[in-house]
Amino acid sequence: MTNTLHRFGSAESFVDDYVIIAIPAKGAKDRGDPLPALRRFLEIALEYNPVNIGDAMHGGATRPTRHTNPIEHFGERPTKPDFETVIEGADAPTTFSAVFDKRENAEKFVARIKDENLGLSVNISSSINNALDCCQKAGLTRHSVGYSLGFEGIPDNDPNRHALMLSTMCGHGMISHAFARKAIDFVRENRRTPDEVIAGLSRFCSCGIFNPSRARRIIEDARKKNF
Amino acid sequence: MPAAAFSDKDAVNPLKSPDEIGMKINPEKCVACGNCTYVCPMGAIYIDPVRFKATINADACVECYACYNGLSREVLPPRTVRATRRAMAKLLMRFEPDPDICPTSAFEPDELSWPRVVRRAFSDPRVPHESTGIVGRGTEEVKTNDVTNRVGVGEVGFTIEFGRPGVGAWFHEIQEMSRALALIGVAFEKKNPVTSLMTDSATGDIRPDILNEKVLSAILELKVPVERVEEVIRTVWEVEKRIETIVAIGVGTRCDENGDEKVVAPILERLGYTLKRAKTNLGLAVKRPDNLNSTQTKTEKAGA
Repeated sequence: MTNTLHRFGSAESFVDDYVIIAIPAKGAKDRGDPLPALRRFLEIALEYNPVNIGDAMHGGATRPTRHTNPIEHFGERPTKPDFETVIEGADAPTTFSAVFDKRENAEKFVARIKDENLGLSVNISSSINNALDCCQKAGLTRHSVGYSLGFEGIPDNDPNRHALMLSTMCGHGMISHAFARKAIDFVRENRRTPDEVIAGLSRFCSCGIFNPSRARRIIEDARKKNF
Repeated sequence: MPAAAFSDKDAVNPLKSPDEIGMKINPEKCVACGNCTYVCPMGAIYIDPVRFKATINADACVECYACYNGLSREVLPPRTVRATRRAMAKLLMRFEPDPDICPTSAFEPDELSWPRVVRRAFSDPRVPHESTGIVGRGTEEVKTNDVTNRVGVGEVGFTIEFGRPGVGAWFHEIQEMSRALALIGVAFEKKNPVTSLMTDSATGDIRPDILNEKVLSAILELKVPVERVEEVIRTVWEVEKRIETIVAIGVGTRCDENGDEKVVAPILERLGYTLKRAKTNLGLAVKRPDNLNSTQTKTEKAGA
């Protein structure tokens, strides 16, 4: 369950990365069915312009395509997130997430979730200061904190840092380092647009915590810089 | 000693050898486009230069199903694609489907038997662990601490993760760590999937029949008094030098009544860590009595 915690990057690289998670405590059966509250969590998130939402059973807002006819090969594939599909498909209590790229949206969402009183455990996975700011704006005191000490032995200036920043945005490890590297190279060579490769990367994230805005910034950074 | 999380019943399929069990690439469908070689998190897929087919290195494969679940699927006719590729190659051109597509839907999962099934349980995030009943490789840690109070005041919960990013971990490597931690007398989290695979949680010994199984990642979880934080971290440092996989440490603790955390962070910083990222439990799980019916009412309204 450390799937959002260990994201590679400096504290500054999380400036546009707010992963907000709602989770019902396992075994807390006396608290009733948590699914309505979890769905409500996602519905409220849509009011604050998330860049991704998802649940751990079905995935995020950009999912793999499944063709049934060869002709579909010649059509365009969607690169924009489909939030409604996520909400409609949420049929079991698990970890639900909403990802924001703007501080004000994340802060307003946290304040709203506090007011909604959903009865769920809610966590912010981001830089420590981002989370503190959200709490302060919402008038919340932190209950617990889980620090990431990072990947032992991998320095911030690793020559593969851009690919690592992309691949570790799926904490389940479903986005391979080689694919992240290929996505960067495809953009550098102008063979694919950032939107196209970001959609491709997002499709591998199995719970919707991939941040496409941060990915775009990383890819643009990698496109222009020499390693 | 915790009960085993996985059952041995029907463990061995007598009709199949170990090499025949697991994720497969149908050679009749594969057109050797090479897309899958990039998306495999373990780099376990390659184009065989003799067969001209994508091939899975079964030893390196962790059955994460990223290829099967993550690749988009098209249904192009394999023969047509092969002919097109050959013709384009003669013109020094290349067939280039989107990089996250298997153009012929060539991946075919197969039933896994013991002990290989352990690989998938730890590597495919959509497969719930029988031991925890939740999707994931560990427990809820401090994410539900506002309900469970698993990590109390003066306590620290550790998550020691192996295998990410992109290298995987063998259970014999994990055992090296669990044994070292057991030697200093820490108690492993009982509901954690790795703990449930230990034959003796007091020694950190893991079932011998899975020691040569590889997983995408796995997590050891334990809880100690705050005074032992440095001892645990120094033990992890010592072991991680001896094992080939990569280790990532998570440290969870309670905040004080003001929401501050001024006990554990200074210890971690003194050990040389620059604290950047964390997950913060907002303590919202306890419903306030002034608004108990808000969820039901608003959800009903939304659906009306």
